[in-house]
Amino acid sequence: MSFLDDPQVRRNVDRLPIEFDDYGFDRFGLSKKTLVRAYSPMALVYRRYLKVTAFGLENVPAEGRALIIANHSGGLGWDAGMILTSLILNDEAPRLGQGMAEFFLTRSPFARPTLRRLGHLTGLPEHGEQLLNDERLLLVFPEGARGAGKLYKDRYKLVRFGTGFMRLALKTSSPIIPCAFIGGEESFPQLFHIKWLAKLVNGPFVPVAPQLIFLPLPVACQIYYGPPMYFAGDGSEPDHVIKEQVEEVRQAMERLISAGLDARPQSFMFQRMPGSKKERRP
Amino acid sequence: MKILITGISGTLARGVAYRLTRRGYEVIGIDRRPWPDVPEGVEMHQADIRKRPAEDVFRIARPDALVHMATVTHFTTGTEERYRINLGGTRKLFEYCHEYGVKQAVFVGRHTVYGATPDSPLYHTEDEPPLAGAAFKELADLVAADLYAGSALWRWPELNTAVLRLCYFLGPSRGGTLAGFLSGSRVPLVLGFDPLYQLMHEWDAEEAITLAVEKQLRGVFNVAGPPPVPLSTVCEATGRRAVPIPEPLYPSVLGRFGFPYLPPDAIAHVKYPIVIDNTAFLEATGFRPRYSAKQTMEGFRWN
Repeated sequence: MSFLDDPQVRRNVDRLPIEFDDYGFDRFGLSKKTLVRAYSPMALVYRRYLKVTAFGLENVPAEGRALIIANHSGGLGWDAGMILTSLILNDEAPRLGQGMAEFFLTRSPFARPTLRRLGHLTGLPEHGEQLLNDERLLLVFPEGARGAGKLYKDRYKLVRFGTGFMRLALKTSSPIIPCAFIGGEESFPQLFHIKWLAKLVNGPFVPVAPQLIFLPLPVACQIYYGPPMYFAGDGSEPDHVIKEQVEEVRQAMERLISAGLDARPQSFMFQRMPGSKKERRP
Repeated sequence: MKILITGISGTLARGVAYRLTRRGYEVIGIDRRPWPDVPEGVEMHQADIRKRPAEDVFRIARPDALVHMATVTHFTTGTEERYRINLGGTRKLFEYCHEYGVKQAVFVGRHTVYGATPDSPLYHTEDEPPLAGAAFKELADLVAADLYAGSALWRWPELNTAVLRLCYFLGPSRGGTLAGFLSGSRVPLVLGFDPLYQLMHEWDAEEAITLAVEKQLRGVFNVAGPPPVPLSTVCEATGRRAVPIPEPLYPSVLGRFGFPYLPPDAIAHVKYPIVIDNTAFLEATGFRPRYSAKQTMEGFRWN
């Protein structure tokens, strides 16, 4: 363990409800050491730079399978990073959120093994099922890259949802926890995309923001977790049934987003929003 | 019960023969290669599975069960010969089984038939098609043999056929694909990749095959032991040095500088994982591996 490791991260990684082998790996290749290494700087960004406040963490189960369904924004994936950090830094019941990585990333050298060590497998339905059956917590952005690449003029408007997550939840009987990330759009306001460069690097999009570099502005962000939603079914329902259930989740997320937007005094907020009293500081 | 083992001189097959004789089974073996110190209780025939003497063994000895382990890989054998042995030989043996009233056939295949691709999921289940032949032509014959053996399930329903897709194994015999890859003190990795490798102890692998015969298994089964570990950890735990090599240079270092030889298509197997789900086999046989990944790898340190 190095001196750069964050004590809170280290403590909470040790408490994760995941089985690790003699070498600190789980059965999917997740590495304890890499978790501490990666989440330590993330915790710093979480506390000092993006000044994140998380609300409703008690809605995330202490153990067992669940899906966190969140809105995607800000182009660079910081929203995913901050949601995951909020789950690890939850002293009541630390959890590791595991994402489904973009194919573009899992085909690339270095990115692939790093993502695997952090618990993010290639975005395949089989992986989602395997992880949930192993009682893990899955983080899903049903808007996909479309959502992350939203331009500033379309901020906080949910784009088309995929329905895969709902079938996955029904098939594995996992609860769905709606989640809203507020502040992502202001921290990286995307003005336009460079399409030819995206094609060149084979990526989904290359966004341009006023800061011109791939770093978010230090805008304070908030995360809201809604109460878990349970749906009946086995995942083989016809599309119109699934779409209705997806619509319910979507509305729950829209409610969380609008409540979150109303709660901030102004959109470009540089002060950390005070959290609930229960929250402990490191 | 009389059990015929083809390819009995191979490392795993010898172990299976020992285990079966110790449990009171009568063991007959066929192999082109000799087995000089063949143990008591094993009747050894030095013959080619595709030739007449092999059929004579079936006709005269009338075995009750067949354990087919006479398959070869690209490490030892050329393409044409491989198709003749792996596919032609497998076909002949299953026909003999049918003709001479064998009740149980166990085909010992490899988990590499699933193929290593960037977009394939971890934990392959038995109902997934083996895709290795598409990208790795040196495995196409083994994929075909695996599927052919599986086709015996509907071709000859009265014959209890089990197709085992066995993961990598390591052990004191130093036999097997992974042991070959780890034979030197330095192991070539592809820079920027570190796939999960699933391995079990040689003795556990022998035990699993023996159990498949004893439990009269029917169907296709993935056989694996402890959970997978990253290749870099495999190197570290076995006392090897992992040398990351940039992908464009990789084919040209193979077989040189003390690195093992691999066909160029095998690079995918050093970049991407092949991990199998062994739940069905565990449920069907009650198999529990005795050695953990750590014990297996550290036991291989001085080999």
